[in-house]
Amino acid sequence: MFVLTKKIKIFSLALIILGLFGIAFGFYSAPSTIEEAKEIIANSHHGDDHASNHDYPVEAHSSLIESSKEHNSEHSEGHEMSHDEHVFHQLANRPWAAVYVAAFFFFMISLGTLAFYAIQRAAQAGWSPLLFRVMEGITGYLLPGGIIVLVILLLSALHFNHLFIWMDPEVVEHDKIIKAKSGYLNVPFFLARGVFYLAGWSLYRYFSRKFSIAQDNSSDISNHVKNFKLSAGFLAFFIVTESMMSWDWIMSIDPHWFSTLFGWYVFASMVVSAITVIAIMIIFLKSLGYLEKVNHNHLHDLAKFMFGFSVFWAYLWFSQFMLIWYANIPEEVTYFITRLEDYQIPFFGMLVMNFILPFLILINSDFKRLNWIIVTAGIIILIGHYMDVFNMIMPSAVGDQWSFGIPELGSVMFFAGLFIYIVFDSLTKAPLEATGDPLNKESEKFVY
Amino acid sequence: MASHYEAPIRKPLVTGNKTYHQISVDVAKPIEGKANKQWWIVFSISLVLFMWGVGCMIYTISTGIGVWGLNKTVGWAWDITNFVWWIGIGHAGTLISAVLLLFRQKWRMGINRSAEAMTIFSVMQAGLFPLIHMGRPWLAYWVLPIPNQFGSLWVNFNSPLLWDVFAISTYLTVSLVFWWTGLLPDFAMIRDRAVKPFQKKIYSLVSFGWSGRAKDWQRFEEISLVLAGLATPLVLSVHTIVSFDFATSVIPGWHTTIFPPYFVAGAIFSGFAMVNTLLIVMRKVCNLEDYITLQHIELMNIVIMITGSIVGCAYITELFIAWYSGVEYEQYAFLNRATGPYWWAYWAMMTCNVFSPQLMWFKKLRTSIIFSFIISIVVNIGMWFERFVIIVTSLHRDYLPSSWTMFSPSFVDIGIFIGTIGFFFVLFLLYARTFPVIAQAEVKTILKSSGDNYKKMRDKNGK
Repeated sequence: MFVLTKKIKIFSLALIILGLFGIAFGFYSAPSTIEEAKEIIANSHHGDDHASNHDYPVEAHSSLIESSKEHNSEHSEGHEMSHDEHVFHQLANRPWAAVYVAAFFFFMISLGTLAFYAIQRAAQAGWSPLLFRVMEGITGYLLPGGIIVLVILLLSALHFNHLFIWMDPEVVEHDKIIKAKSGYLNVPFFLARGVFYLAGWSLYRYFSRKFSIAQDNSSDISNHVKNFKLSAGFLAFFIVTESMMSWDWIMSIDPHWFSTLFGWYVFASMVVSAITVIAIMIIFLKSLGYLEKVNHNHLHDLAKFMFGFSVFWAYLWFSQFMLIWYANIPEEVTYFITRLEDYQIPFFGMLVMNFILPFLILINSDFKRLNWIIVTAGIIILIGHYMDVFNMIMPSAVGDQWSFGIPELGSVMFFAGLFIYIVFDSLTKAPLEATGDPLNKESEKFVY
Repeated sequence: MASHYEAPIRKPLVTGNKTYHQISVDVAKPIEGKANKQWWIVFSISLVLFMWGVGCMIYTISTGIGVWGLNKTVGWAWDITNFVWWIGIGHAGTLISAVLLLFRQKWRMGINRSAEAMTIFSVMQAGLFPLIHMGRPWLAYWVLPIPNQFGSLWVNFNSPLLWDVFAISTYLTVSLVFWWTGLLPDFAMIRDRAVKPFQKKIYSLVSFGWSGRAKDWQRFEEISLVLAGLATPLVLSVHTIVSFDFATSVIPGWHTTIFPPYFVAGAIFSGFAMVNTLLIVMRKVCNLEDYITLQHIELMNIVIMITGSIVGCAYITELFIAWYSGVEYEQYAFLNRATGPYWWAYWAMMTCNVFSPQLMWFKKLRTSIIFSFIISIVVNIGMWFERFVIIVTSLHRDYLPSSWTMFSPSFVDIGIFIGTIGFFFVLFLLYARTFPVIAQAEVKTILKSSGDNYKKMRDKNGK
């Protein structure tokens, strides 16, 4: 049995508290009126060139989307006014978006682990049963993390922020495109869907964990078989709900934009982050003296998955980017124009961290068996995929008013602390080895 | 490679109390024996179809593409449909030989040889279509960027069609090398058993002097892994680039970002269906039920179910996003597919590809050989319709309603397609008579871990 050490407790609590300060600072320094927003822009030392850069995406947006143009001319005194209001919304969104990006990122790690776990179960994999309990520990964060994400969505629906502009009836009223989508993009249906996804995933997590523990002391393999069937069913549920979740929770932040690949792209990001966390957790637990049966053969396999899914992520990234760039259709290409204009560092940085570096570091087969290499590559991958989520959410939420400062760092620290605490706490609740699993011995004897 | 221990709950992959020698005898039997009557009947039919196809090709090339059913609006129809269909079928072979090797799936050993043969033969069929469509196939080498003095002639690197040339030729090369590497020890086995000098000569030529020393085996294992690593991205890249042929355009129904992974899933889906079609017949005819067991068929059915579900998920995504996009052209393209004049093709595709594989959730059905065979045919039909639906329904009603029209294939279109099916079976039947259709050397490596007699022995001795 794993025992939660004082060090982990203090470390995670410290992260939570420091993170809370950061988040509080973010909300405190965000403007609450348009005047304040103007002041912030004026005070920022590079304010001038910001303002000139700035016109482009806003104008591109309004010229592309007729309806919002109508909105501008009808409802505001002129461009200047609506521009200030726009900047105000972006600045006010920033602390919310910072929290949302971090909340989603850690939630996604847990969800990705759940999917990876279900794949291991459904595929009757022989190498991984020794890692089951670690994966179950990580999915312990699924429900709390998911509830936090849902609460943020609920607060958006209650107009505490403007992350989802389609939730604003004023906007919908004057935007033909969003109006046409209101059959799907409306608050009650949106929230109900969110609850439905999370309920489905959590139910699977609950039962598979239950069967997994029951199998430990059981004389037959009925629990194993139940878990196999349940996992196959879950994967069918997951393939649909995961895509829908991505459309709802991320793609709809930019309600005019659409891409059919989006759901699978998010999945790639999710699963590679999840496998990375599993690998790092195992190295950490082994360093504390646990999991003595897990050896570098298992880590080698995890590192292969880190490598493989990094390439897979790059493949999907390229497919989505290249097709949109090549076809150059206005309603699609705006998405990448915003990112290429205003997010160059995170956009290209993410490509380096999520593809080039993992590819070069992990391609060597001996390297995949070295703990420090796996941890180094893992940290790069995790930062890279945080940046990926950042790139997916920020441009639509805060436009070019983005920055990576105290609110963002605080949010990451807060959720990292919460994640670490909950995950290690759920590890204490069951033995670290799923001894009763009929494939466990295969995992023990596994040699690559 | 993988561990030799196997959990008792795993089903045996070689049945019938085989010994190493018995495996050699079983695999060599179809090669050493004489072809029976049925083989000659099927071979003759295939050859006639092939010859009919050759006639249609000669007619096309000597007269012009005008003999096809194409018109101004639908400028691409059966040719590209057949091309994509055949390329897709090829994917299962590479997936089984490369991806399943990396995933240490022992059940691949029984089926990889024939799946890879199928890959190579189907890529050959696929290659015929662009070649014929060129009109002047003797100038086919112009698709290569060869420094030349033809004038201003140079390939267009911006075109996904050119990327296709590179992708598919790489794919064919790697698949061929992979296939042949695996064949070396098996050809050597046939060579060592051969009695007649002519056969001995031929098999010693094709086995490249395989000696069976430890060094040979060590290199064999190493090269297999390297080739698997190279072939795995190829499984994804080939059909990805085929999908780019459509998705880089701005045609509603063609330009959609999900195309690359969805085409790959569809390709594996149709490929496994074809493997099932071929192997269900072959295991019976060549008495290989002990090597291609019900467990193999069940696992292939599960792959069909999974990839079919992925494809189904992509169909629904496309449909939903078409509505969600708010782009009326996009919306119309999908409305037209489902309810327009080609509704029957769309619903044939939906039934065959989305609904029918879901039946595999039932263990009774996926372990029924006759049902598996029927579904494998259904899926092949469905995947042909999928390409037809994507290609023709997106083209036949374009932006200009005055040019809306229908497509009907001419007898030449049909003849060439049937001819490639004939050609494919001619090759496959010849293969089945002259090649070791089971990778016997690889099967021998799993005999002691997964053979039923050894499993029973372990159970008796308490593992």
